[in-house]
Amino acid sequence: MLEIKDLHAAVDGKEILTGLTLSIGPGEIHAIMGPNGSGKSTLSYVLAGRDGYEVTGGEVLLHGESLLEMTPEERAAAGVFLALQYPVEIPGVTNMSFLKHALNGVRVQRGEEELDAAAFLKLVREKTKTLGISDDMLKRAVNVGFSGGEKKRNEILQMSVLEPSLAVLDETDSGLDIDALKVVAEGVNALRGPARSMLVITHYQRLLDYIVPDFVHVLAGGRIVESGDKNLAKELEAKGYAEFVPEAA
Amino acid sequence: MTVQVPMDDASRSYLDRFGELRPRLPGSGLPWLADVRDAGAAAFGETGFPGRKTESWRYTNLASLKKVDFSADADPMPVDQASLPALVYGRESSCRLVFVNGGFRPDLSAIADLPGGATLVSFREALAEWPDLVEQGIQASAPDASDPLAALNAAFMSDGFVLHLKEGVSLEAPVEILAVGTGAAQAPVYHTRNLVIAGRNSRATIVEHHVGLCISSYFSNQVTNFLLEEGALVRHCKVQDESREAFHIAHSTARLGGDAQFDSFAFSLGGALSRNEIHVRLEAPGATCRLNGAYLMKGRQHCDNTTVVDHLSPDTSCRELYKGVLDGEAHGVFQGRITVHPDAQRTDGQQMNRALLLSDKAEMSSKPELEIYADDVKCAHGATAGELDDMALFYLRSRGVPEEAARGLLVEAFLGEVIDGMALAGMRLPLQKNISKWMGDRR
Repeated sequence: MLEIKDLHAAVDGKEILTGLTLSIGPGEIHAIMGPNGSGKSTLSYVLAGRDGYEVTGGEVLLHGESLLEMTPEERAAAGVFLALQYPVEIPGVTNMSFLKHALNGVRVQRGEEELDAAAFLKLVREKTKTLGISDDMLKRAVNVGFSGGEKKRNEILQMSVLEPSLAVLDETDSGLDIDALKVVAEGVNALRGPARSMLVITHYQRLLDYIVPDFVHVLAGGRIVESGDKNLAKELEAKGYAEFVPEAA
Repeated sequence: MTVQVPMDDASRSYLDRFGELRPRLPGSGLPWLADVRDAGAAAFGETGFPGRKTESWRYTNLASLKKVDFSADADPMPVDQASLPALVYGRESSCRLVFVNGGFRPDLSAIADLPGGATLVSFREALAEWPDLVEQGIQASAPDASDPLAALNAAFMSDGFVLHLKEGVSLEAPVEILAVGTGAAQAPVYHTRNLVIAGRNSRATIVEHHVGLCISSYFSNQVTNFLLEEGALVRHCKVQDESREAFHIAHSTARLGGDAQFDSFAFSLGGALSRNEIHVRLEAPGATCRLNGAYLMKGRQHCDNTTVVDHLSPDTSCRELYKGVLDGEAHGVFQGRITVHPDAQRTDGQQMNRALLLSDKAEMSSKPELEIYADDVKCAHGATAGELDDMALFYLRSRGVPEEAARGLLVEAFLGEVIDGMALAGMRLPLQKNISKWMGDRR
């Protein structure tokens, strides 16, 4: 489903990803763990197409189509969703309006009809109910004044509305206490399905107790240095990254 | 009449024209008015059009205005009823005064039955029917003599609207003023004088819409005097959508008595060069004003918002928020002066202006000034100019919102703070539509 082949990427002329290869099948959940500076966030931004992340080699295919030439909005329409580590605050744009523009943006690009106000409202109501998101949160400006937990739940709400085929979760656990983490993880687990693959990027094993991955990879120095099943995460938790990354203290 | 001859030809030609037109200007039989006109001409004659060395005009260059040979008495191109609906906002207004090239057009206007104690007439009619009222209004709000364009207006003022509310009179529906600029055989200039005299505890909302029905140049030189007695509430909402070749210079003065409230909102998107200059005097305890503005400028448009607020009494407050979006080579100017006079303790003055630059060549000039002569005051000002937030743009796009739509959303959100904060809720939607259209036209 997702094929990343020998991916090289640079930021400000400095190479961060140095030949990353990864293959994710339909419905699989892969976790990428790694120390700070190993390239975790760079990988997520390269997949989503953020400006300033320059791909210098390799390729990324989603459903056999190259992602790298696409704009961020085209990637969204193709099924890519990046849940940000630090969701952005947008004063003046309500959450509801944001969701509607996002969903209809994706639909129009796919050649589908835009949803009218009533149909859209019905859809959002269904999604918010399962995530425990209040109407009040929908009326507020995107992420403005949201707690850490609310911001992350909001990301999951966007994901559930857009129904991507590839969800990339960048450090979704950061800034969350254990209760908030459980709520977010439940939301993510509810979205697991045979047609939806996920790439869970995290520094700590803790998140993986709640979102249990099929595969775990260790990212160091800009590429994958070790792969295994969920037990690899436990091993990392016990031993730290030093074994895989001799240069990381 | 003695007029000192100014240095430049353009200014001199206005004075020559004044000499010719003077006998034909409205109210020519009123000695006090003749004095006001002559004083205006003399004041203008001392300086002529302000140049860059005049501090308050440092960022707004009138060279292009001086190049055009405007005519003060050219016949306007015809405008009929059929062309009006597209120009007005929202629902059918029961009270609308229409002006074409500055001249009142009763045939296009509709004046509903206003409550007793409320009078709404053209300036010309007011001069004929209630000269004492006009005299009182103009004398009481003598415009800042240091502004040459207001002085020019005093010399030439020929039409406009006069709204008078007696004590306790409250107008439920907004009064609508539609000022249409059309072409003429020669590019026209018109000097409009409006008067709003709000008696004790009266209330009114005025919506002014200035719109160009031509692509050619004209010069609209507006002066509006607001006099708010104790407890009066006046809301003024102005939309400036003049022709892209037009000059729109508007000078407003407001004097506020105790507990009076003045709300001013100016939305500017037209004109080659426009300026909204407001002078507010808060003269008694409890007087409060809100001065807000939003603008969208592109190409080589120039938009200047200048505010001068004098806190003359204890316990007065003022809130100012101006936000603009500049594209192309557009130039925005904000000048805001707040003066807290020696006895004006417990003054609360807040001023903010923010500009969003959508192009590398767009430019913003800001000059906030605080002069504080009292010790127990709360005053703050701030100014920012910057680009759209990259991260917010990426966030929207990563969720599937196409780039231009994402930019549009962010621009609407940026201006939303001013639009949502304006007192007149019914104007919000049409203004938001204006923003969407403007963003759409950029593509």
